[in-house]
Amino acid sequence: MTVPETAAIPKRDRLLRRTLRDPVAVACLVILALVILASLAAPLLTDYAPDHSVLSDTLAPVSGAHPLGGDGVGRDVLSRLLYGGRTSLLGGTLAALVAFLVGGPLGLVSGFYRGWFDAAAGWIINVIMAVPAIIVMLVVMAALSQDLNVAMIVLGVIMAPMVFRLIRASVVSVREELYVDAARVSGLGDPRIMRRHILPVVVAPSVIQATQLFAVAIGIQAGLSFLGLGKASQASWGAMLNDGFTNVYTEPTLLVWPGLAMAVTILAASLLGNAVRDALGTTETRVVRRRRPGPRKTAAGGPSPSDRLLTVEGLRISYPKPGRSGGSDGSDGDKIVVDGVSLTVERGEVLGLVGESGSGKSQTAFAVLGLLPNEAEVTADQMSFTGKELLGVSQAALNALRGRGIGYVPQEPMSNLDPCFRIGSQLVEPMRKHLGISRSEARTKALELLARVGIPDPERVFKSYPHQVSGGMAQRVLIAGAVSCDPHLLIADEPTTALDVTVQAEVLDLMRSLQQEREMGMILVTHDFGVVADICDRVAVMQTGRIVETAPVEKIFASPEHAYTRMLLDSTLEGGPARAALGAPLKEVTS
Amino acid sequence: MTAGPAAPTPLLELEDVVVEYPGKGRRAKPFRVLHGVSLSIAPGETLGLVGESGSGKTTLGRAVLGLAPVTGGSIRYAGKPVSGLGKRERRALSKDVQVVFQDPFTSLNPAMTVMDILTEPMLVTGVSRTDAERRVQTLLDQVYLPHDAAQRLPREFSGGQRQRIAIARALCRDPKLIVCDEPVSALDLSTQARVLDLFIEIQEATGVAYLFVTHDLSVVRHISHRVAVLYRGDIVETGHAAQVTEHPEHAYTKRLLLAAPVPDPQRQAQRRAERLRLARERDAS
Repeated sequence: MTVPETAAIPKRDRLLRRTLRDPVAVACLVILALVILASLAAPLLTDYAPDHSVLSDTLAPVSGAHPLGGDGVGRDVLSRLLYGGRTSLLGGTLAALVAFLVGGPLGLVSGFYRGWFDAAAGWIINVIMAVPAIIVMLVVMAALSQDLNVAMIVLGVIMAPMVFRLIRASVVSVREELYVDAARVSGLGDPRIMRRHILPVVVAPSVIQATQLFAVAIGIQAGLSFLGLGKASQASWGAMLNDGFTNVYTEPTLLVWPGLAMAVTILAASLLGNAVRDALGTTETRVVRRRRPGPRKTAAGGPSPSDRLLTVEGLRISYPKPGRSGGSDGSDGDKIVVDGVSLTVERGEVLGLVGESGSGKSQTAFAVLGLLPNEAEVTADQMSFTGKELLGVSQAALNALRGRGIGYVPQEPMSNLDPCFRIGSQLVEPMRKHLGISRSEARTKALELLARVGIPDPERVFKSYPHQVSGGMAQRVLIAGAVSCDPHLLIADEPTTALDVTVQAEVLDLMRSLQQEREMGMILVTHDFGVVADICDRVAVMQTGRIVETAPVEKIFASPEHAYTRMLLDSTLEGGPARAALGAPLKEVTS
Repeated sequence: MTAGPAAPTPLLELEDVVVEYPGKGRRAKPFRVLHGVSLSIAPGETLGLVGESGSGKTTLGRAVLGLAPVTGGSIRYAGKPVSGLGKRERRALSKDVQVVFQDPFTSLNPAMTVMDILTEPMLVTGVSRTDAERRVQTLLDQVYLPHDAAQRLPREFSGGQRQRIAIARALCRDPKLIVCDEPVSALDLSTQARVLDLFIEIQEATGVAYLFVTHDLSVVRHISHRVAVLYRGDIVETGHAAQVTEHPEHAYTKRLLLAAPVPDPQRQAQRRAERLRLARERDAS
């Protein structure tokens, strides 16, 4: 059966290649390989047995016969270092292996099936975690075996909960993915789903965890043998440290070699884990460039009318292409998402910004709000709000404008409320900052606002956390917040897309009445022509970063000029014929 | 439940189906999502299932697929009960009952090529790899994707194209019924219309039946032969698409209809006035 490999290998292969592109990872791999090779080749590199003691060589100086000298009881330091490497590497590997053998399958099955097995495994794991690791290992070594490897196996069991938790968590999250449901509906059995869809996701975090466990185990093993545990015949870096410690005044270099070996090995393993994690986390290298202000032109159109709230001229937003530092393909290598957009909003006017995904409508709205990510490059001939420049001004100036001048209603109400704070405090804080009013004044105003946006029990909602209210309620709260500092312009980015139609109608009613009552200007970003028809005065249609048509709302619907607008309007299903009943005879039966 | 049986032998029949999720904690009352839902789908028919979020429409679709716990009533496929089947019988049913999910971004495994995604359901049933790969080419033709699509990964496709891949996966074993859970609500308007037309075209070519779950009345009107309206776990109205979307009987359906904005400023203003009038009447009474 070659099927599972074809699925998993490309991904792991990519991961390996990405890891190898990191110089730190390569260095770590080389170091680990050298340590492993040196330990394996110990008999070739030294003539002395690690536990062969020659009294005359006690604390022998560095010489041809003893390249690193002799230790406190006349054993060759180099030999002990090389053979000790075997103990450490074997111990670390054993511990990590046992941890995965115990924790891995348990975590996999627990996460996949949940239920009673998960509950039972969780209990056992909790018990293991409650056990003090060092004491257990001391007891095991005292009572059962002096062998360090036995202690490492016990350590593996003690560390298994870490693996269990990690694997269970990743399985639980991938199990919720729709593609796992789809596989189940396709008739795939559980073992196959695990192998094809679950395991590949678990592999990467496991690799990282394994390197960390390996490093931790080497440290703990050295600790044990430093305390004098373990068989005397078993050379180990910890035992060397112990010996060096007793002779620290006469021969301090004895501490250096085992310490150095341990530090290098543990560091290499941990850094390798980090490198793998980095390779996982970033799919592409990112170039981050600061935003730069556009070429400032003096407004050519003469003094703008006093009712003009927002003027945008020649707005251009581009992002550096991922994985390329620019300039490699002749052009400047940037992805242009908004290309020369000009629009205006008057006081008391609702401008609809319509387009399909990728048309740049949200990017345009975010540019006005100054909320684009740092790598975005924004330029414009002019972008001003009531005569004040928006582009290239300081964050502080922008913050002042955003609070009192421009309000924002987002698309996803839930993700725009902080789950850690009560709704009341999220409304009160901005008002105190921007309006400079006291806490109790702000509270009164917030309660008034909540009542104004149609929340039946403002006191209760004021004290609630975001998760305690419905999506429609949360959107009302956000609208209340957006208008709380009496902005002149409201920017709403698909404010009703996440809501049910009945709730959408109510929220649109609310936005319209607030807008009329306060004579606010409004930019409504949407893809829904029904919403446009409901609330907008003027419409700008966007296609691939450009505005193709701007017209009053009646004209857009009655006589659209641009072919793209016509295509969009034609694809609305609204008003089309209903599908006929299935088959003629059926019609007779029911009519 | 007015429209009565759709055909003499329904393909799928739900009778008083109850779905409950266990409550949090030991003694907590289970949370009842569906309170006894009955409906039927004839071979080759599309039943549109409309409702708002929390109405239980997605749960109903998942119950048919065996992904939600059915605690009462019965689901019969081709006359045979299918709720509470064992894993093996359920897998056997997977040949006939398939699914297209809402989110085309999470319903395809990002690490697998389109070829692997499409051949997987066939390979488990013992179809040889060469046969399966040949079938994939036919499937790609059927959903209007280029042949070289098979070698690519899902992330190289747009939302509409991914949904086409998901449809191809649902089709690969010639199912009799596809549960479509909001399959076009994540798509752009123009893409949405094209994908809906693809659904209809496939139905006319293969005679597959759809249980089409959506919140969008204009979508449901376009694709459904019959429509069922779900409200808080109960079906409040069933009927032909034209009847339900033009002359609704239940107050909730009326509200739902008037709430959906239409792309015509004058008509929308009228509907808004009408809706507000209804709302005032409701408040007054």
